[in-house]
Amino acid sequence: MTPPSRNPTNADIVIAGLGMTPVGEHWNLSLRELALQAITAALEDAAGLRPNILYVANMLSPMLSGQTQLGALIADFSGMRGVEAVTVEAAGASGGAAMRQAELAIASGSADLALVVGVEKMTDRVSSDVESALSTASDVDYEAVQGATRTAQAALLMRRYLHEHEAPTDALAGFGLIAHANAVANPLAMFRKAISPEAYAKAPMLSEPVTIFDAAPNADGAAAVLLARRGVFPENPDRPTVGILGSAVATAAPALHDHDDPLTLTAAARAAETAFQRSGLSTEDVDFFELHDFFSVYAAMALEACGFASRGTGWKLAQDGKGSRDSELPILTFGGSKARGDAGGATGVYQIAEAALQLQGRAGEAQVAGARIGMTQCVGGSGGTCATHLLGVLEVD
Amino acid sequence: MEVARHWRLKKQRYAMTGEVCPHCQSKIFPPRDICPDCGEDARDLYQFSGHGEVYSFTTVYDAPAGFEAGAPYTLALIKLDEGPMVTAQLTDLDSRGIEIGMPVEMVTRKLRSDGERGMLVYGYKFRPLLAAAA
Repeated sequence: MTPPSRNPTNADIVIAGLGMTPVGEHWNLSLRELALQAITAALEDAAGLRPNILYVANMLSPMLSGQTQLGALIADFSGMRGVEAVTVEAAGASGGAAMRQAELAIASGSADLALVVGVEKMTDRVSSDVESALSTASDVDYEAVQGATRTAQAALLMRRYLHEHEAPTDALAGFGLIAHANAVANPLAMFRKAISPEAYAKAPMLSEPVTIFDAAPNADGAAAVLLARRGVFPENPDRPTVGILGSAVATAAPALHDHDDPLTLTAAARAAETAFQRSGLSTEDVDFFELHDFFSVYAAMALEACGFASRGTGWKLAQDGKGSRDSELPILTFGGSKARGDAGGATGVYQIAEAALQLQGRAGEAQVAGARIGMTQCVGGSGGTCATHLLGVLEVD
Repeated sequence: MEVARHWRLKKQRYAMTGEVCPHCQSKIFPPRDICPDCGEDARDLYQFSGHGEVYSFTTVYDAPAGFEAGAPYTLALIKLDEGPMVTAQLTDLDSRGIEIGMPVEMVTRKLRSDGERGMLVYGYKFRPLLAAAA
């Protein structure tokens, strides 16, 4: 069933530089200033390489900032006036989808250096505005019009998940506990404080059965990754070279009610299967998994869809020490969306930057010992789009 | 205001008019003209009964703009008797608790309002199946 693994020494696209801003409430910074900070850090990290093309990953700027055409805006503001630049939007999967576009640009031969910046500004607006904007990732004519919010849809899934799989009421607690424990080591995280199972049990309810510890905070932040065609530019001798071993984007019905089985993330399953095929890797090769825990139930469903657990058992991979940094399959190693904070369309870029830090051995106190292959996956809406990446340490030629 | 947008959907919102696939007989709601099950053209109109059961449910406290007046409200996924699932609010709930699997029927209610001078959007909600009708 699982294809034979190969030594992942081959990749045409490598990570040349990365940069991230802290995730949180940046009332003193605008959308463009956040993007500039991440871009400046990434280009410094890449020792001055300059991109031929820029992809901006963003989800809510048209609604929350009243600003479109972020490609031109951010290229202009960050000193790249004239460069080819567009926005990529796929709701919460925007970051991973933009990375995929950058890879295709290099693979097509039209660029040697492609920069992706994910940026999101959520906290300028009151929560009812943010909930309205987030609900536009649903099927608006048939879901948002009924008063469905992203939180409520997660609650519908979580109640059904616990019911159908006969799981205990605290079955999904592990994801929040791992995220918060891991974020202590991430200086850029929004919440750097571990939580206890007792605190989870007493957490305020958002939408039954979803509590504040099942839901990631909506935050501001920006992350940038510069991708390069391998062999064209000198590689940094001070750190291992990390390449894109495989990636894929897949879609499913954007409406939760249009899924034959709402508890199966079919887009995640498709994207993971394709990324594994393209890389020649399997689940057994993955040393850590940065999954998208915007709500705890999606974390469990992601583990199931990607083949790490069978249907209905994903929650067990965050129980009894599983999922922690020194376990067989560490997840959310920098705190995930729950504790790092969820900066919307930037999430997929944060995940890839964090995975690259792990593989380069630059993760500091968050380091997963001996990590060679990492997987990332971000989810748009209630599963309408999923983007999956496999990254790995490349061997020296 | 989006008057035309809501007007276009009046048959779905007020009467749950969907489609039936002439090739595989799948019932389709909302209508989409291409059968999601077999991929063939499916444009034959089909009248749904408006009966179904609760697949899952929750309560919305932090309502989005336009829904504040109704908060808190109960949102559900309803598995229709004919097969498809819809997202809808539950209404006319008395002291009875809601359970997964509970039979419900469609009613027409106000969905959202856009302020004193804005438009009101009406459409389907679901209520517990009345004993006499059961």
